[in-house]
Formats: sequence, C-alpha cells, structure tokens
Amino acid sequence: MSIDIKNLTKRYPGYTALDDITLNVQKGELVALLGPSGCGKTTLLRIIAGLETADSGSVILEERDTTNLPAREKNVGFVFQHYALFRRLNVFENVAFGLRVRPSSSRPSKSEIRDRVEHLLKLVQMDWAIKRYPSQLSGGQRQRVALARALAVNPKVLLLDEPFSALDAKVRQELRRWLRKLHDDIHVTSIFVTHDQEEALELADRIVVINKGKIEQQGAPQEVYDHPANAFVYNFLGNVNVFHGRVKDGKVLVGDQLIEAGHASGLPEASDGQAFIRPHEIGVSRIRSGENDLAGIIREIRLMGGQIGLELETAAFDKPIEAEIPRDIWRNLQLSKGDEVFITLDRVKVFTGDYEI
Amino acid sequence: MQTNTTLQEQRKAPLKRNDPPAVQAILILLTLLFFAIFIFMPLGLVFAEGLRKGVAVYLEAIREPFALSAVKLTLITAAIVVPLNAVFGVTAAWAISKFSFKGKTLLVSLLDLPFAVSPVIAGLIFVLLLGTRTGFGSWLGDHGIKIIFSTPGIVIATLFVTFPFVARELIPLMEAQGREEEEAAITLGARGWQVFSRITLPNIRWGLMYGMILCMARSIGEFGAVSVVSGHIRGMTNTIPLHVEILYSEYNYTASFAVSTILVFLALVTIAIKSLMEKNVHNHQPTQH
Repeated sequence: MSIDIKNLTKRYPGYTALDDITLNVQKGELVALLGPSGCGKTTLLRIIAGLETADSGSVILEERDTTNLPAREKNVGFVFQHYALFRRLNVFENVAFGLRVRPSSSRPSKSEIRDRVEHLLKLVQMDWAIKRYPSQLSGGQRQRVALARALAVNPKVLLLDEPFSALDAKVRQELRRWLRKLHDDIHVTSIFVTHDQEEALELADRIVVINKGKIEQQGAPQEVYDHPANAFVYNFLGNVNVFHGRVKDGKVLVGDQLIEAGHASGLPEASDGQAFIRPHEIGVSRIRSGENDLAGIIREIRLMGGQIGLELETAAFDKPIEAEIPRDIWRNLQLSKGDEVFITLDRVKVFTGDYEI
Repeated sequence: MQTNTTLQEQRKAPLKRNDPPAVQAILILLTLLFFAIFIFMPLGLVFAEGLRKGVAVYLEAIREPFALSAVKLTLITAAIVVPLNAVFGVTAAWAISKFSFKGKTLLVSLLDLPFAVSPVIAGLIFVLLLGTRTGFGSWLGDHGIKIIFSTPGIVIATLFVTFPFVARELIPLMEAQGREEEEAAITLGARGWQVFSRITLPNIRWGLMYGMILCMARSIGEFGAVSVVSGHIRGMTNTIPLHVEILYSEYNYTASFAVSTILVFLALVTIAIKSLMEKNVHNHQPTQH
C-alpha cells in the first residue's frame, strides 16, 4: 500500500511542526523519518495514523484520500515508543483486541481469532508468553507483542514511533535486525520514526531527514550518508569536526590554514564556508604524507572498543580535532599522549551558508 | 524491565529500619496511645452507652420506626449519590486528565470547593437557591415539586458535599496512565464506548471503587449540609446522623448511642471493603513502565 503525503502543514501555537511536507512512500518500502527531537517527525506519523489532524494538506493511502478519516477507520498499525500495551489484558487478548472490537458482521470467529493470534505471536517469537501480562515482560518482549497487536488487523501500513528508543543498546540492536528480517518476510509498507542515525542507516530502505518541519534530504541510506545535501544532514548523520572559514580559490581558509576541498571549486568565492570531516575520515601518521598535512599533538587518547579516539591539537585551529583510527593502526604507530603526528584532512566536505540544529 | 522488577521488589520488601530500638518503641507506643484515646475509646463508648440499658432497649431503639426510616433514607441517599458521583467523577477526571482546554486549571481548583466550603453553607446555598424565596424555587413549588425539606434536597446537598471524591481519586491515576492505551485501541479500530469499557474502565476500576467508597462513607455520615436542607421531619427527612442528634438533644442518650452504632457499623464495613481493595490493588497492580 503506497502512501502519498501532499503539502502537509501543522502549526502549534509558537512553532510549526510540519511545514508543507510532501512525501511518497512506495508499496512495501521501509522508510525512516530521521531528525532531532521536536523536528516534527512524530507529528507526521500521528497525522498519517489519524491521531492528530493536519491544518492543511492531504494523506493518500493507495489512491484513497484518508486525510479526514477517523483514526479507527484508517486501518494503520501503530507501534508506540512506550509500547502502550493494554495492561489489564494478557498477551493473547492484547493481540486479539483489534479483531474482537470489530462489528459482528466482519468479526472473525473465535477459532479464527485464536489461529491468527497464535500465528502472529509465533511470528514475533512470543508464543511462549501467550498468558502473560505486559508487566511480566521485558521492554523488548513488550514491543514484539505490540508489533503483533498492530499486525493483527492486517494494516495497510505500519507506523512505528521510535519503537526501540526505550530499550537498552543491546536489545535495541537485536530487535532492529529482527524487524528488518520481519519486514523482508511480510513486506508491509512501513514508516518508522527515529532520532538515531545508526538505526535509520541500518534498518531503512530509504531515509527521510527532517529538520524543523521540513524535509532536508531523502534517499537510500548509503546515498544520504555519502552525499549529504547540506550541512545539517552531514552533521546529523554522525560525528563531525567543523571548521568555519571562507572559500578561497576552491579551498577553505580557516584562520591561516587553507584546507583543500576538491568539490568546493564551484563554490562562490569569499562566501562563508564550513568544512566538515568525520573523525574516521581523518588520516593520522608519524610521517608527513602530503604537503597539505597538518602537524598536531595528541592531547587525549580514548579507547572506544574497536576504534581509538584521538584528540589532536594543531597550531592552525583553536579547536582540537577529533580523529578515530582502527585499533591495530594505533598499535602499529605506537601512539601515546604528547606525540607529534601528521594529520590528513583531504576528505573534507564544504558547505556554504549557515545552518543550525 | 530491570528497574521495574527492582521497584516491585522494593515495594514488597519491608523498609529497612536503622533507627535505634528505643525510638521505634516510643513511636509505636505514641501511635497506639493516640489510637486508644481518639479511636478505640470513643468507639467502645458508643457501644457501651448504647447497650447500657440492656440489649432489649438497644434493639428497641434501632428497630423503632423513626430509626428505621432514618436508616432507609440514609441508604437511599447513598444509593443515589454514589452512582451519580461515580459518573460525574469519571467524566470530570476524563476531561481534565486527557484533554487540554481553556479554564482547566480553574475547573480543577473549583473541584475542591465542596471541601473548602463549610457543609452548613453548602446546605444554605441550596435552601436559598431551591427554597420558596427564589423564583425558581416557587416555580418548582407551584408545580408540586418539593426539593427543600424533602428527599431530593437531601440528595442534592449530599451530592454537592461528596462530588470531589471520585474525581480527586481518578485524576492523578488517569494522568499517570496517559492516553497511549486509548490511542492504541483507536488505531486498532475500537469505537469510543469500546475504548472506554474495554480499556479505560478496567484501568481505573480500583481507583474508581476507592473513590466511591470514600464518597459512600461521607454521604452516610454527612450532617451539616443535610441538616440545613432536611427540616428534621421525623420519619420523613431524617437521616441517621440527624436522628442521632435529635435523640441526643432530647436527652435520650441510650437510644442516641444505639442508633450511632449503626453508623459505626456502616463505617467499619466501609473500612473493611477499602482495606480489602487496597490489598487487591497491591497484589494486582501491574506497572507498565
């Protein structure tokens, strides 16, 4: 079931949650709405579900305008951040709820309900907990039940509002992979909201980056990550070092230091430019490898598991540079605090204009 | 989940006391002394006084028609007031906890009005409002509807005095539960009344019953407001507390205390239901977060 969102706008007193959003989701796609908290992504999801109404614009599910349909007639599955399981009902009754409340003409028989619930609980690997109550389950288990409950009514689309953010890191990752697999099996058109770029990159077919009620960029995860449309997207998709400077001869002049930036050649001369580089894109070595290398001193070494974080002080910039190198390179170079190293910054990306998060 | 289990364990495990035994002993003794002086002794006295002239006199006092009619009126009043206030309380709590609208804060403050206003004043308000002195009151009188100095007046005054109990009990509960479960039910296709009867009501039922118990206790025992609107017509508009007061002012102490034992008995029943329910809530209250 495809979703067509056209010119959706929603204003609250004091701020605009959604500013003329137009978005298309293809049948069977798994789309991530990614953005900082308060950017409007949850509002968008709730409007699609009918839990909130838009000021203007329309939501079309498979060529049917559902903008003004009450939530209960939209037939969308909604998964809440805090699960929202019915605390007085056991797991079976939670999943069966959507079938039981149907008018008698379209309500399945008792045995059909039982079969469907059991099938779904198997699908989410919760069939062992059929008689348990939500309070007897862990967060990850509750969210699986919530997913089965949402799927029980055969929704046209599945909407997930930060489904894993209340879980701890390990469960979150496990459930994320599991959801991806589940989606590959059942192919229900899905939109999930997240502020976790890793989750979006790993899980989604397509990422829609939202900021201040507007779509900044959309595309396949790799595409968005490798070719961010603007400074906001670049910054939001991972850790970055930012250098504020001016564009000069296709390079960025930060203080006295010229940073080579290949693709910056088309940028207007003397405009404000920001050079970005991710910590893991920075080269660190004992010997100078090119004329643009900077000399720096290691001020801090952080052990971060497989990667080693370095805080590098340079004469050129007043802010320290954060770099990340693989553990074995660090070991080979035998780096320690206070050592002088050469820093390669040739993978910087330059964006002009100002931005805020 | 981990925090959840630890919380539950903490709740079940008794608090660890680090106070010296002497402090504990003094505190326990003081509490017991207070209870003895202000609760056990008066309660015992009520029964002792009531039974002073023997069981026959005691039974006579509570079986006498005026006493029976007072009991009847009290129970009728409670039977009308408690369900009405339950409905009102749920409605008000729902509106206050699940919607945001203008004047909500004012409404919440006004909810406490019956607690703040002296019951006597509350009674007087209704006498003035519905008595023969106002146009509305005399219009009612002209149409043969008698409210003041009659059962409807007593019911209205009791309604007013007891209306905050259920709402006060439910508002924090419903606010804590949020509206996500209701929203989930709606997205699953449930209609308004299905959401209410299958999700909201089960979630608040213990709070609701607790509020209703408090409401019942107060409506049985209410004196001031009822006294003003009742007119003290024996066998007609006397509730138990009013009957007790009349007997007492007629120096009929034994009968007065005998009838009082009915009130005490009703109070004890109320407390028993309440503590039974509290036990239930503790054992079965699942916490979601």
